[in-house]
Amino acid sequence: MKRMAKLLAVMSLLAAIGCHKNVPPVARPTPPPPAPTNPAARPPSPPEPVAEPTIVPPEPVREDAIASASLDDLNRNSPLKPVFFALDSDELTSDAQKSLDDNAALLKRYSTWAVTIEGHCDERGTAEYNLALGERRAVAARAYLVSLGVPADRLRTVSYGKEFPFDPGHDESAYSKNRRAHFVVTAK
Amino acid sequence: MMKKLEALVAIAVLGAWVRAQPPPQQQPPAQPPPTTQQPTEIETTIRGEGGAPPRLAVPDFIAITKDKESVDTARTIGQVLWDDLNFEREFSFIPRDVIATVPAATSFNDVPFDRWRELNADGLIVGTVEKTGNGFKVDMRLYNVRTRQMAYGREYTGSNARLFAHTMSDEIHQTQRALRGVARTKLTFASDRDGERMTGTVEKRETKEIYIADYDGENQRRVTVGRTLNITPRWSPDGRSIAYTSYRRGPPQVFISNIFQGTLEEATKGERVGQNWLPAWSPDGQRICFGSTRDGGSSQLYVINRDGSALRRLTNDKWVNTTPTWSPSGNQIAFVSDRTGSPQIYVINADGVGAPQRISTSESYADKPAWSPPPFNEISYTARTGPGNDIKVIDMPTRVVRQLTFGEGTNESPTWAANGRHLAFMSTRSGKSQIFTIARDGKNLKQITKNGNNQQPDWSR
Repeated sequence: MKRMAKLLAVMSLLAAIGCHKNVPPVARPTPPPPAPTNPAARPPSPPEPVAEPTIVPPEPVREDAIASASLDDLNRNSPLKPVFFALDSDELTSDAQKSLDDNAALLKRYSTWAVTIEGHCDERGTAEYNLALGERRAVAARAYLVSLGVPADRLRTVSYGKEFPFDPGHDESAYSKNRRAHFVVTAK
Repeated sequence: MMKKLEALVAIAVLGAWVRAQPPPQQQPPAQPPPTTQQPTEIETTIRGEGGAPPRLAVPDFIAITKDKESVDTARTIGQVLWDDLNFEREFSFIPRDVIATVPAATSFNDVPFDRWRELNADGLIVGTVEKTGNGFKVDMRLYNVRTRQMAYGREYTGSNARLFAHTMSDEIHQTQRALRGVARTKLTFASDRDGERMTGTVEKRETKEIYIADYDGENQRRVTVGRTLNITPRWSPDGRSIAYTSYRRGPPQVFISNIFQGTLEEATKGERVGQNWLPAWSPDGQRICFGSTRDGGSSQLYVINRDGSALRRLTNDKWVNTTPTWSPSGNQIAFVSDRTGSPQIYVINADGVGAPQRISTSESYADKPAWSPPPFNEISYTARTGPGNDIKVIDMPTRVVRQLTFGEGTNESPTWAANGRHLAFMSTRSGKSQIFTIARDGKNLKQITKNGNNQQPDWSR
């Protein structure tokens, strides 16, 4: 056996020398190293739940000051913004429209509110015509809210002309505050 | 509230009684006082020298009964009668300090005619006051000082010293000058003087109530108990009711207070009637024209019977149509419309037929037309003249405009006296809003109210 092994080894050696002479070495690409394995990316699949789903506790109750306020408190510090007008005018300025956009959002959120829109005027106009002008202002604000999808039957109008100025002064600063559509929540 | 109302009604009824029932008239004494020369013809009209206004002497009346009440009444009658007569400027007067130098008569029998004649008096009023069981008997005589004949005389019974004088003044103007005096007419207006807080609002808002006053500002009394906003009062032509705009239902409505009965009517009641304001009585007192939003859109003019029946629409467009006033004939209505972009005065037929005719053509802003009674045919109105407003008058036949106030404060809401010779209006010239009267020529301005803010006067017929 020993002699047999020696013989095989010599033959292999000779064969290897002979091959080297006849066959040029061929460059072989080295196989890519195995992809590194990351145990974390391959969690074991979770077991099928066997218990009932856990009950998720409700969202904690947020204190909604607006929803919980009394009508008087609500109107004393109203979240509905007044809308201001130019002298003798019932046109809604871009500022007025912005205020009404906010009011509309609020009125959609609190969908049970009924609102009276009061029209007011400054003292420069006459008492009599101001009744009609105040109404025009209230109606302009109402029409805009209705166009934004606030139901018309939740919006009443009343004109006070110049009978109830918000600022009793006699200058433009007072006048500009007194030319307004003013929102009063009457039911919620 | 009812107690107060009843009290007001009681006062009002008393006033109505005095007014509605002229004091029983007795024949003037058949015997004129002794005269030195008996004229062949009795002159019943006192004339001035050379066409000048007659010059009158109006001394205090003579108290026949000497108690304090009689003495006070005698003095009050003389003084109020002087003021009443002076108001129309149909007479000139011997000054009060000069009168004080003339010996006072003690009866009709010791009148110092010579002294009055020396003072160039054309006429002399002598009166006596005598206490009776429940008031006074007052005897008034107007003498022609030259002839010493009585030109007019009458006996009155009653208890209200001022009303005695007002009645005498109206009769003297009627008989001597063929003039309808206004001494017994009254003013109504809205006032916040009570400072009561409006209920149902979080803002500090004060109520306004309807008040009345004598034409000279005396006897100011409240006639509504609405506890809300009550504005734009208007006397009914018979002077027994006041229509006004009241917010007692929330949105404004036209109410009628029958002030001598204490009852209330609601001329514009009903469902979905919108806002209703600025009532104006037709001259016959049967109908009321007013502005309303009842059909949606801006204020339009409507006419309704005072009991709320027979509603009729007068205007129908997208503009404001408001602040009506009737012509004295009742055929036309002047009103305010902003169809040109600013409020201006127009006239339409009272039946609504035909196109409105524009009246104010030289104003940037005009409101509150008030159509004068005859013999004038004028419309007074409020005009924007600067930062504030002034009272102007347009003569309808000629369309000539004249101005009565000139930028002292703001001036608004004119109303005519029944004879067209005076107007009342609101002015801020003395600070707050107050009621003033002024003669039709812009003279004789007089402040009527002083307490609180007072606005939107209306002068009774």
